Amino acid sequence: MVRSEEDLKWKDLETGCVVSDAGNASQYRTGDWRSLQPVWDKTKCIRCGVCFLFCPDAAIRKTSEGYFEADLYYCKGCGICVQECVTGCITMVEEEE
Amino acid sequence: MNKKVGIEVSLAAADAVKMTNVDLIAAYPITPQTHIVEHLSELVANGELDAEFIPVESEHSALSVCIGSSAAGARTFTCTSSQGLALMNEIIFIAASLRLPIVLILANRSLSGPLSIWNDHTDVMSIRDSGWIQVFTENGQEVFDHVFFAFRVAEDPKVSLPVIINLDGFILTHVIEPIEYWDQEAVDKYLPDFKPVSTLNPDSPVTMGAFAMPGIYTEAKKAQDEALIKSKPEIIKAWKEMGKVVGRHYSPVETNQIEGAETVFLTMGSMGETVSLAVDKLRAQGQPVGQVKIRLWRPFPVEEFRKAVRNVKRIIVIDRALSFGGQGGPVAGEIRSVLYNEENKPLITNFICGLAGRDVTPEHFIDMYEKSLKMAGDKSKEEDYVMYGVRE
Repeated sequence: MVRSEEDLKWKDLETGCVVSDAGNASQYRTGDWRSLQPVWDKTKCIRCGVCFLFCPDAAIRKTSEGYFEADLYYCKGCGICVQECVTGCITMVEEEE
Repeated sequence: MNKKVGIEVSLAAADAVKMTNVDLIAAYPITPQTHIVEHLSELVANGELDAEFIPVESEHSALSVCIGSSAAGARTFTCTSSQGLALMNEIIFIAASLRLPIVLILANRSLSGPLSIWNDHTDVMSIRDSGWIQVFTENGQEVFDHVFFAFRVAEDPKVSLPVIINLDGFILTHVIEPIEYWDQEAVDKYLPDFKPVSTLNPDSPVTMGAFAMPGIYTEAKKAQDEALIKSKPEIIKAWKEMGKVVGRHYSPVETNQIEGAETVFLTMGSMGETVSLAVDKLRAQGQPVGQVKIRLWRPFPVEEFRKAVRNVKRIIVIDRALSFGGQGGPVAGEIRSVLYNEENKPLITNFICGLAGRDVTPEHFIDMYEKSLKMAGDKSKEEDYVMYGVRE
């Protein structure tokens, strides 16, 4: 959906509220749901990629140095990466306003 | 036009579904709908009907299968009664909001409990506000005709909504009537091929059934309400076209001996025929009585109804369902609401009768007429509704 839903009037909706422009889920900022965000301690990280594999939203990406970080547009702050991390290098920290 | 065939109404209804060249039927057998789906199952098994017949494990699955089928662009039919409709309930609302043109024949039966297999309108009233187009039929011929009508209206791209054809369980489903079959050629001319508004197709992907945040849900419901209201001209057009094809003329609100009538009975479904006998007898006695029948229950034909009763002093509303703890039956509630802002509105007496197949005869209606004359207008005797014939 290119337009924000608040801009849509009832006559703008397609029959049966069908969404005909496929692939627009990527525009949905699930990062808004987050209250805690994961932070990696590079001194403990062994770059194994377990956090990347387990992230249910594919919101963890590899950096050019081979470490990992969260894509904060999508990361919901669920903490599964913290739970699965082999070395305990990830901690959840309070979001700053 | 064509020769009449003496046949059970359920079998004729199934034959009509076959003549629409339906693509998919998903249904679960339940009394008194059973003969309709059994016959369709036979027609498919015998190779007389080239369609998928999916024998599901529940009505919830039946309508879910129908949604998938209709969303894929297939002409889709299902059929149920009472508890089966109750089990479909969740999916009933989804089919309407997705605007999928599924046709459902509902063999009206009371809801449990106490467990009852007999006929009244409590089942359909439980999904009154679901967004389906809902029509009532009075006899077997009307059921047969309305199968073609229902598919034509549902699949009209200007409508694209599911349709329920109500027929009274046993009273219609299990009765043998003379029914005039249409020629296949006439059906094919009246009912064009199904061209869906949108389909699930990998070559042109869409999302159906997406979730909505509070910021858009209200707009979605407004669009749905407008779609149902605006289906009425297309419904009327489909009836007019049918009149040209088979010479039977249907309309949203139908009247009988309305000229000079001070009191009218109001019914939906097969009771209309019984009332017509009572009206004949009362007219023979010089009583100014007529009859109004609601054929189109949703979208409710507000203007047509107001016009039909504009010169009437008294309406006897017959309900075959009860809104527990409310003010009578759902039809009476609707009629009061439609007339509240009218000047010179008629008085309304509401009788709840014919629950779970209890017989209501012309004599009963004559008795109701006499009772209503005493009740209406006399505040001390006026009641919101009367459970007719209940043993005190």
